[in-house]
Amino acid sequence: MPDTTSTKKPAPNVSEHPMMDEVIRCEKLTKLYPAGNILAVDQLNMTVHHGEIFGLLGPNGAGKTTTVGMLTTLVVPTSGKAIVGGIDVVAHPSLVKQVIGVVSQTNNLDRSLTVWENLYYHGLFFGMKSREARAAADKLLVEFRLTERAKAEVMAISGGMAKRLQVARALLHSPSVLFLDEPTAGLDPQSRLALWEILRKLHAEGQTILLTTHYMEEADSICDRLAIMDHGHILAVNTPKGLKESVGADSIVTISAAGNLDALAALLKEKIEGATKSQRVDNVIQLHIKGASGVLPKVVSIAEQAGFNITDLSVAEPTLETVFINLTGKELRD
Amino acid sequence: MNMITDTQTAEHFKKLRPAMAASRAAFGALLLRDLTVLRKSLGIFIARTLVQPFLLVFVFLYVFPQIGQGIGGGGGANGESSFATVLVAGVVALSIMFQGIQAVALPLANEFGYTKEIEDRVLAPLPVSMVAIGKVAAGAIQGLIAALIVFPIAAVIHAKGVHPNLTVNWVILLTLIPLTCVMTSALGLFLGTRIAPRNIGLMFGFIVLPITFLGGTYYPWTALAAVKIGGFSWLQALVCINPLIYVTEGFRAALTTAPHMQLYVIYPVLVGLCALFLWVGIKGFYNRVLS
Ligand SMILES: Nc1ncnc2c1ncn2[C@@H]1O[C@H](COP(=O)(O)OP(=O)(O)OP(=O)(O)O)[C@@H](O)[C@H]1O
Ligand SMILES: [Mg+2]
Repeated sequence: MPDTTSTKKPAPNVSEHPMMDEVIRCEKLTKLYPAGNILAVDQLNMTVHHGEIFGLLGPNGAGKTTTVGMLTTLVVPTSGKAIVGGIDVVAHPSLVKQVIGVVSQTNNLDRSLTVWENLYYHGLFFGMKSREARAAADKLLVEFRLTERAKAEVMAISGGMAKRLQVARALLHSPSVLFLDEPTAGLDPQSRLALWEILRKLHAEGQTILLTTHYMEEADSICDRLAIMDHGHILAVNTPKGLKESVGADSIVTISAAGNLDALAALLKEKIEGATKSQRVDNVIQLHIKGASGVLPKVVSIAEQAGFNITDLSVAEPTLETVFINLTGKELRD
Repeated sequence: MNMITDTQTAEHFKKLRPAMAASRAAFGALLLRDLTVLRKSLGIFIARTLVQPFLLVFVFLYVFPQIGQGIGGGGGANGESSFATVLVAGVVALSIMFQGIQAVALPLANEFGYTKEIEDRVLAPLPVSMVAIGKVAAGAIQGLIAALIVFPIAAVIHAKGVHPNLTVNWVILLTLIPLTCVMTSALGLFLGTRIAPRNIGLMFGFIVLPITFLGGTYYPWTALAAVKIGGFSWLQALVCINPLIYVTEGFRAALTTAPHMQLYVIYPVLVGLCALFLWVGIKGFYNRVLS
């Protein structure tokens, strides 16, 4: 019986049963959309552990929504296997639906119902008694600061509120894993922060969460582990810190200049001490530096001696953007 | 639950409810949701249900007799009364038919469309086919209510001297109404899953209107035998592809002693149409909600 007040156990640090720690497991999960013959997800392997916030980071069309769709029964995999909450998604979709909560990319709230009713009927769908569903709806409205709008039509509330309501609805039946597809896309900065706050709180309570995003700040600041996705493939999986360390540099110098950038990139790689990598990304050069300081003046003088006119220069720590560029040779943002 | 996979035994996994119990509860809740939505717009529902039959009855049975533009084979009050008899059955049938399409096809077309509102219901813990069947059940209930509302009007409103000649056969009526409600609402499911929201207008023009005019609302099917080309009653044969004809003829059998299509044709065809529309409707539903 669903119980919204059940105490969720925090993530075990060291699992004695690694298999049992898995809330999501995909093996060679593949989706080929017959319409257009599009291979949206290609032989995906992935594991999400109990109590973690796992992020799928990737650009438009990477296959994030398709992956979430397959894990939540809405997209039928072409091949491969997915186990969610211990249940085979393809073999037992109705059972899987008992243990997942889904916040989809679009606002799919029930427009024929009020804010409160969206929660109440969702509770009834999941077998709650009327009184239980009522109590759970009231409680979540308070937690998500929506009580004042309880009787409003869902079309009449703001985008941020609608997203909060979607999250509240997905949590109402205490799912083993919460899926959020681009939860902050299209939200104003304030609503985005508010949603991050909510996710952190859920995380502290031990809720397992899988979210997709194409905002690297979001991935960086709230995910325990990340999978970087592009063209239906996972290119790397690690903690945000681990991913950034994998770049093998402690600072990234970005240089804008006129002239043959590929030549300048090669020159800098050769001449600058501690340069681990130097590449042209669109119309800038990214120079990776490890264990060296005072690099900027050297960059300027080397460039000028070679007859390049530097128009802009900056230095920053590696970000997930750097990781993405490293993996794909292109920028995450479009 | 370790029959499903070994890992389901892990203690932090949510306890699963038996599939049957969960489905039954979810199905009931889906119906309740649809009825709540119906209750919220009950006024509009009733008005929508009444407009068409009211106009039909008003024009044909009240205005026409008074302006002397009688219809009905015999002419005069007798002819009008016999037309009234024909029309009552037609009006009830038509109202149920419209209800099925309006209650199921229209909301579905929207919910599948851009808003994807149906998603939360598809994610309820029951098989997707049951979500579709729930839609049909809710539509059938609306059809039933429509029948209850319409019948009195059709039987009561008419000009002086015009009397529909009604003899109710309860056995037929009480079996026919539920069967019709399910059939038309399954037709609504079929149409709703196959027609894009932007084409709903076309659906009314190209599907609903022909169904209405060639569905035996204004004339008994048996009378169409007179429309012939070279000895072949082509129209009588043609309208047999129209589901409404079986409904109107069924109500004619249930409400009047006038000639009507044989019951041993009506019942099997209606049952067959139920099965057909449910089948293609559920298939269409799958295609729309799953990819
Ligand atoms: N129903 C569908 N039929 C055919 N192709 C589809 C369908 N849904 C998605 N695709 C295609 O599959 C690929 C992956 O799409 P998907 O929506 O999974 O990407 P995404 O990572 O979620 O992108 P976004 O950031 O834009 O949401 C894209 O090329 C997309 O055009
Ligand atoms: Mg997406």
